[in-house]
Amino acid sequence: MTRHTLSVLVENKPGVLTRVAGLFARRSFNIHSLAVGPTEHEEISRITVVVDVDALPLEQVTKQLNKLVNVIKIVELEDAASVQRELLLVKVKADVTQRTHVLEVVQLFRAHVVDVVPDTVVIEATGGPGKLDALLAALEPFGIREIVQSGTVAIGRGSRSITDRALERVSRSA
Amino acid sequence: MVQGPHPAPPRSPVRPARPVADGLPRPVESPADAPRHVGPEKVTGAQSIVRSLEEAGVEVVFGIPGGAILPTYDPLMDSTKVRHILVRHEQGGGHAAAGYAYASGKVGVTMATSGPGATNLVTAIADANMDSVPMVAITGQVGASMIGTDAFQEADIVGITLPVTKHNYLVTDPDDIPRTIAEAFHIASTGRPGPVLVDIAKSAMQAQTTFSWPQEIALPGYHPVTKPHAKQIREAARLIATARRPVLYVGGGVVRSGASDLLRRLTDASGAPVVTTLMARGALPDSHPQHLGMPGMHGTVAAVAALQKADLVVALGARFDDRVTGLLSSFAPLATVVHADIDPAEIGKNKRADVPIVGDLREVIGDLLPELEREHGQHGKPDLEAWWQQLDAWRETFPLGFDEPSDGHLAPQHVISRIGQISGPESIYVAGVGQHQMWAAQFIKYERPGAWINSGGLGTMGFSVPAAMGAKVGDPARTVWAIDGDGCFQMTNQELATCTINEIPIKVAVINNSSLGMVRQWQTLFYESRYSNTDLNTGHGTARVPDFVKLADAYGAVGLRCETKADVDATIKRAMEIDDQPVVVDFTVSRDAMVWPMVAAGVSNDAIQYARGISPAWDRED
Repeated sequence: MTRHTLSVLVENKPGVLTRVAGLFARRSFNIHSLAVGPTEHEEISRITVVVDVDALPLEQVTKQLNKLVNVIKIVELEDAASVQRELLLVKVKADVTQRTHVLEVVQLFRAHVVDVVPDTVVIEATGGPGKLDALLAALEPFGIREIVQSGTVAIGRGSRSITDRALERVSRSA
Repeated sequence: MVQGPHPAPPRSPVRPARPVADGLPRPVESPADAPRHVGPEKVTGAQSIVRSLEEAGVEVVFGIPGGAILPTYDPLMDSTKVRHILVRHEQGGGHAAAGYAYASGKVGVTMATSGPGATNLVTAIADANMDSVPMVAITGQVGASMIGTDAFQEADIVGITLPVTKHNYLVTDPDDIPRTIAEAFHIASTGRPGPVLVDIAKSAMQAQTTFSWPQEIALPGYHPVTKPHAKQIREAARLIATARRPVLYVGGGVVRSGASDLLRRLTDASGAPVVTTLMARGALPDSHPQHLGMPGMHGTVAAVAALQKADLVVALGARFDDRVTGLLSSFAPLATVVHADIDPAEIGKNKRADVPIVGDLREVIGDLLPELEREHGQHGKPDLEAWWQQLDAWRETFPLGFDEPSDGHLAPQHVISRIGQISGPESIYVAGVGQHQMWAAQFIKYERPGAWINSGGLGTMGFSVPAAMGAKVGDPARTVWAIDGDGCFQMTNQELATCTINEIPIKVAVINNSSLGMVRQWQTLFYESRYSNTDLNTGHGTARVPDFVKLADAYGAVGLRCETKADVDATIKRAMEIDDQPVVVDFTVSRDAMVWPMVAAGVSNDAIQYARGISPAWDRED
């Protein structure tokens, strides 16, 4: 099993996420994470999906996704050629005796404290999965009360935009 | 945002997508050569639906009204272009639309109301999806403001059919109706065909809107590839020209793309043996000397063995279904694989393709022919004589056949074979699912594409009668036989009422073995003859519930019964003479007859049994 990050450009229409998620479920593909949001073009949304598959099924995933009428384009973003980030919010026990130690960890990881009450803090961090796992491991001894984490969002490095050609298609038919 | 069941925002007018040259009949945007511009007309949403269907070239709709679709049925009554055939069950309407599509080459259309009307369509839609049948299903939905409230007869049919349609739509804005229906017909009929469902809220049918045609189609993510890659074609031609044991493995895609004439030329040019799958029976005439018959679980020994021993398998519009491959890891183990299909996702899905070709089969074979000729010109034709000696030995040693039943009852294979011979190759044969289907695939000789219609992928019992009805409507000049089983017939025979009332004179041969025959066969072979719940009590010496002759009579059809071999021909001829009413013939056959050859589920095709306990000895022949 290997992990792949796919950027899926879809028409911004109702129910498209269901179509994509449903396809993964019924073809027995494993979704590791999923993030959806708008793009610079109001008619296009972008789904970043991280899948756990081998190379051959990945081709099937891509082909099956391409069959969905609302899917415009799929690009695999290789780790080395892209920036990949997740957002983590974590609520950690930090009373007066522990707070300094917690804040040291926060600084080490270039994270931020976004909420403070007498016995806990909420920390915000972004990064790749490795960094966030390491942060959580460092915070573990203080007592983690709650974690919420986004799916990965990813963008290719360099000047090229994967939406360029997709946009041509949309404007050609629109 | 993309999530949530919110109505689509109205779209701005757009230019039509570029036409796709895929050789398929496309009655969508402009039935005439020059596009005729209609509208804008002030209409209701319901009128807009009917006008859209008319302009899309629809001539027949199979459906049943109900609350949420009622507004549409009112203007439908006045349409002079669209004939609505009132079916007795939505599943029947769906299969009829499929049968119509097969026989006419047009998109089949079915219509139903919300909730149970729509859910009753699901089986027929799933069936069409598996067998790539062009179909549009129009369903009524509860009013837009009621959606999501568990309103009376509400069902999320777009959600329910998401996995079993090529695409589907929910329409809540009446202005979206014409464009959505135009897109539905375009998607259903192009690329790899399939069913498209359009769910329309009742409130949209009742609202005022404008109608105009043709509609601009906005599908930025839908571009079927029809033109194959030249490099891949050259490579395929090179392989065909140099293989010593090639096999053309022909699937339903060849029939669907209308490439049978080209397939015949490829067959003749290549000299290679051909096998036609269950979905492709008739793609090459059975009388062609290079035709080895059907491959797969109940295929001929020659067809199955040819694939197992081939050094080159050229898959044309076939999808390496498990019923063809048997245990996948041991399928065609020696073969280089060329796989041509219009659906890229089929290539490499089950079996790795050495030469993948994406394209419409008409274009693929059309491009392959000159390339093959060029190869032959350069290197001469390959010597396939040793291969043919081997193939002919298999054919001669293991021909299709059957034993006369020892219980004195009719051999079902004989009945089906005689129907095929007496009715002839110009008739259409529509099977249900089970033993009778396999015998009909084996023992009727198909000489043209379209002569054979069945439920292949989904294996839907009850397909036969409604699909035969649709086929007869789609091609009224032809004799249409529903070859059905007693189990299947009891699932959808209510459509006999539709046939009688609407003067659709189909002929139904019920191959009545008084049991769920294929299940019984598996119980005989794999469950120690413990016949759990397969006895239907419809045959000789039983309570005969129901009595199919009386049932036919009750439906206003002619009911005939045949119980002896001496009566078979006369009964079939009698049925052939009746052309103003549906005919049901109850052929009471032996329940012990089994479908042979057989590859048991999940085992290697090498373990094919010619008859029970008799397997070819491959080593000796190698």
